[in-house]
Amino acid sequence: MSPILFWVFALLMLVFGAAVVINRNPVASALSLVVSFLGLAALFMSLDAYFIGIIQVLVYAGAVMVLFLFIIMLLDLRTEQLRKINWVASTGGVVVAFALVAQIFYVVSDFKLAQQPFAPLARSKIDDVHNIGLLLFGNYNLPFQIIGVVIFVATIGVIVLSRRELR
Amino acid sequence: MVKLGDYLIVSGVLFTIGFAGVMLRRNIIIIFMSLELMLNAANLSLVAFSRFHIGANGLPNYNAQVFVFFIITVAAAEVAVGLAIIVALFRARQTTHVEDVNSLKF
Repeated sequence: MSPILFWVFALLMLVFGAAVVINRNPVASALSLVVSFLGLAALFMSLDAYFIGIIQVLVYAGAVMVLFLFIIMLLDLRTEQLRKINWVASTGGVVVAFALVAQIFYVVSDFKLAQQPFAPLARSKIDDVHNIGLLLFGNYNLPFQIIGVVIFVATIGVIVLSRRELR
Repeated sequence: MVKLGDYLIVSGVLFTIGFAGVMLRRNIIIIFMSLELMLNAANLSLVAFSRFHIGANGLPNYNAQVFVFFIITVAAAEVAVGLAIIVALFRARQTTHVEDVNSLKF
């Protein structure tokens, strides 16, 4: 992928990711998150991870964000009114976030391997869905089945939580 | 050329945006969305390392991509349970503001 496209999609992802935090209207935040996830899917595809990119669009930008929008509209959340801001906590949060960014920049600039460009891939007739599927049903068969149990338990948990006579 | 470090820095900045959202916002749904941003930042660096670490057959290291697949699956289950908890909370308290929910029992 050309560097220009990389930076376009990276900036798209970061700007709309910041919009998620900045927007006061929850619906606008959710829609910004969709755009951010689409940018991230493009970055995955730039790394030749086509399967993960497609999964990202289908599961995150599709299913998860529809669930978020559904809940926001179900609860009928309006733009939140401005409350008194706790300045100590807010400044603390911003300072910790900037310290984290500074530390990440420092660590990555110190990391010799990170300065190398990506080596080209070998030409392969087999697509990556095939390879991931082989690993998933071979090496990672047990975790795959455990994931199935996790989703099953989550389904039961959601049904129990959303029953009317909860208390 | 795009280097591995560029992907790592973009991923780190995305993680920090999600972290700042968790620290600064008081709306529980926005906090939840910021959590998703942080999970995705971790996914991005995993996929970048997967592409960087080319095996003997000249293909990316697919173990990391399987790991990302698992993270996405668990995150989807987590979103379903978390939103159900938020709906139950809203039914009990009519609020999604974290500062209105400051007692363990009600």
